[in-house]
Amino acid sequence: MKRFSTGTLANDSIDLDLAAREIHALLGENGAGKTTLMNVLYGLVTPDAGEIRIDGEPVTIHDPADAIRRGIGMVHQHFMLVPVLTVAENVVLGQEITRSRGVLDMRAAERRIRELADRLGFTVDPGARVDQLSLGQQQRVEILKAIYRGARILVLDEPTAVLTPQETREIFGVLRRLREEGTSIIFISHKLDEALEIADRITVIRRGKVVGTRKPSETNENDLAELMVGRAVSLRVDRGQSHPGDVVLEVAELRALDDRRHEVLRGVDLDVRAGEIVGIAGVGGNGQDELVECIIGLRKPIAGTIRLAGRDITRLGVDARRDLGIAYVPADRQRFGLVLPYRLPDNFVLTRYAEVPYAAGLGGFVRQDRPIRSEAGRLAKEFDVRASSLDVAASTLSGGNQQKVVVAREFRHDLKALIIDQPTRGLDVGSIEFIHTQIIERRNAGVAVLLVSAELDEVLDLSDRVLVMYRGRIVGSFAANEAQREKVGLLMATGEARP
Amino acid sequence: MKAHQALIELWRARLGSTWSVASIPVYSIVLAFAVAVVVVIVSSAFTATGLDILLPFRAYASLLAGAFGSQNAIYNTLVAAAPLMFGGLAVGLGLKAGLFNIGVAGQFLVGAFAAAVTGAAFAQAPTIVGMPLAVLAGALAGAAYGFIPGYLKARTGAHEVVTTIMLNNAAALLLTWAVNDLVRAPGFSFPRTAEIGQSALPILAGRNLHLGILFAVVAIFVIRWILDRTTLGFEIRTVGANPNAARYAGMRPIFITALTMTLSGLLAGLAGAIQILGVIGFYAPGITASVGFDSIAVALLGRSDPIGILFAALLFGAFRAGAPLMQIETSVPIEIIDIIQALVILFLAADLIVRKVFRVRAPKVEITEMATVTGSWGAGTPPAGTAP
Repeated sequence: MKRFSTGTLANDSIDLDLAAREIHALLGENGAGKTTLMNVLYGLVTPDAGEIRIDGEPVTIHDPADAIRRGIGMVHQHFMLVPVLTVAENVVLGQEITRSRGVLDMRAAERRIRELADRLGFTVDPGARVDQLSLGQQQRVEILKAIYRGARILVLDEPTAVLTPQETREIFGVLRRLREEGTSIIFISHKLDEALEIADRITVIRRGKVVGTRKPSETNENDLAELMVGRAVSLRVDRGQSHPGDVVLEVAELRALDDRRHEVLRGVDLDVRAGEIVGIAGVGGNGQDELVECIIGLRKPIAGTIRLAGRDITRLGVDARRDLGIAYVPADRQRFGLVLPYRLPDNFVLTRYAEVPYAAGLGGFVRQDRPIRSEAGRLAKEFDVRASSLDVAASTLSGGNQQKVVVAREFRHDLKALIIDQPTRGLDVGSIEFIHTQIIERRNAGVAVLLVSAELDEVLDLSDRVLVMYRGRIVGSFAANEAQREKVGLLMATGEARP
Repeated sequence: MKAHQALIELWRARLGSTWSVASIPVYSIVLAFAVAVVVVIVSSAFTATGLDILLPFRAYASLLAGAFGSQNAIYNTLVAAAPLMFGGLAVGLGLKAGLFNIGVAGQFLVGAFAAAVTGAAFAQAPTIVGMPLAVLAGALAGAAYGFIPGYLKARTGAHEVVTTIMLNNAAALLLTWAVNDLVRAPGFSFPRTAEIGQSALPILAGRNLHLGILFAVVAIFVIRWILDRTTLGFEIRTVGANPNAARYAGMRPIFITALTMTLSGLLAGLAGAIQILGVIGFYAPGITASVGFDSIAVALLGRSDPIGILFAALLFGAFRAGAPLMQIETSVPIEIIDIIQALVILFLAADLIVRKVFRVRAPKVEITEMATVTGSWGAGTPPAGTAP
């Protein structure tokens, strides 16, 4: 029996206990304090009050080395692996097996890793370089690393965020095997269905406080969502009927290179009609980002055409395309969507700063404070952006509110096509619900919506048509009613309809 | 009554936010003077007079008197501050766009040379003709010399720190050759350009308070207006703060980068022009290029804000104007000024020390210009063709 209780601002007197051979899911919205709690456990944050007990004994954990010594292993959301090293090298890093005088015995290390992997029921090539592995495989390397270091308590921070459904299922198998072997697991997530599937117990955190602990058999998704958000939320958007009109956005035979000059788009064809949401499903890195960049004008294709309402826009710049009615919600709001040190009004008009009435006089050279502020005020109200004032920097907003600023700015009324990349990445249930509703509203107003998301469920829930992207091509197209999770997932993972 | 109170509140808020930006620079200056006290006391032990605890305070008093003690002192301060205002603006404008223009020294020389040659060519023409032409020539030459690293950065990604350092040397050497072999004025024992005659900037007051000072103050407010109130300024600031977001918003970071460096060079060229046309009167190899490097300090101390640069330039101008009197009256060498300036920059960069000493609890305002300077490798505007 292990017992933790801490008290910081992010964690307000949290009590959590983890039994031996238990998978304990920690559920909460972004900013609820899940990660802080785990950082306390791993020695990255010092608690102001409270104590941690392992096997009944109070312990203090000063740093990660301490945590490892006490048998706590951590798998971070962003993997902490050295890409150019092999699997074996990564696993033994810091605890290398040596023969004598510091000579590495990699063969012994590889043997031990293979044994360990066999025991956990998965295969991994210890000699493979990490940068050649899929994200799912990399995650297994992370788990191996923790177990190799003798972890009896394994903490996984949002482990499924980057995985395909198949990989998720496999990792669940590994976790169950670990549990049988006697490992206790803390599974941090904001995905309700996964917590219900894998956990023996689920603890929900809201604003740094434990608001409830449930057994999966005694609860359901709606109950958990209500606990997380503090009010009833609808988890499935009601998409309603779509009424597709003419083709608005047309991409033909599009080819493009990525930043490393590899051909990453290898002939993409797609079209999106007015009043229709077309979703692109695919494992990250199969060319989705580059496709979107080509459509928006941030990347020059090497071949192919892009048409908007029949007009060839392949050679136009970003601003010219915007003027023609394309809007874009970027995947990375902090890198592309916002200028974090700017106050909200400047961010609300970031992509329209040169338009009348925001710029006027001397040939549109002078910025006009009053229209900018009133537009910012209007959008903040309409999209329920919660900030203490318009004059705070965008960096001070929560992720959900930052995304609302971007969405509010891009979802203007005279749009023809709306390109949305990862609309709800890292957002909590409440914000997701809001943004999904807004997307549907735009569609109903006749906008052609192209949606890219790493969350397969999001694509399936929102899209009227689902396209699957694999290695720079569209390999499948499904109408909403025939896009089953398994079928799409298989196509995402292999590029083929049959294994 | 209500309106009155609201006005007071507004001003209090405004002062508060100004102070949160200005506190670290002000404290850095105080700290630099404090440390320099120790330096002066210790060094006094090695002079004929022997250890003198009060020496630094007498030195500071003379410095103050030399800078502000009389009308002439104040004029001297303003004259020394004017090129630093232009230079500080040049560096500050670049920093706003995420560019670290170390090339002010070179652009200053090129501007000075162009102004000197043009001024000499119109030496006999009325001031109303020759002076504006000479100033314009200096500005354009500086702009052209700033455009080169800007273009290189925009087109090829060549880092402006490297190219401008190289161009500084190229400017100094090329101009030495030019003065020796192309435009050397006859009748002087050393290579220099001819007299500028009527092209000199008119003296407004006293012995040396020339029109260029007015130009510099006007430039402060013009640049402030451009940065704060225009779409161009918004583009420059956005490219500096987040080049990815700038591209996404339909701006052209490549164009803005080249344009900002050109404008920066233009301001540096103006610094050179007013120094020639208002103070020196001719171009000669070896005329002071210290303006180039002091400008970097001025921009950092002013935190790239035009008003901040105005005050920082006045401070550094006061140092320059007051130092000779300090040396005459107290035998503390002028070089102590360089030490104080260096310490100011040191404390700005290591603001943690300042925060510790003065227990500054003001929210940490991101010192973006310092980030540009210290992290200038690989940061800043992405080169052409680099997709996000």
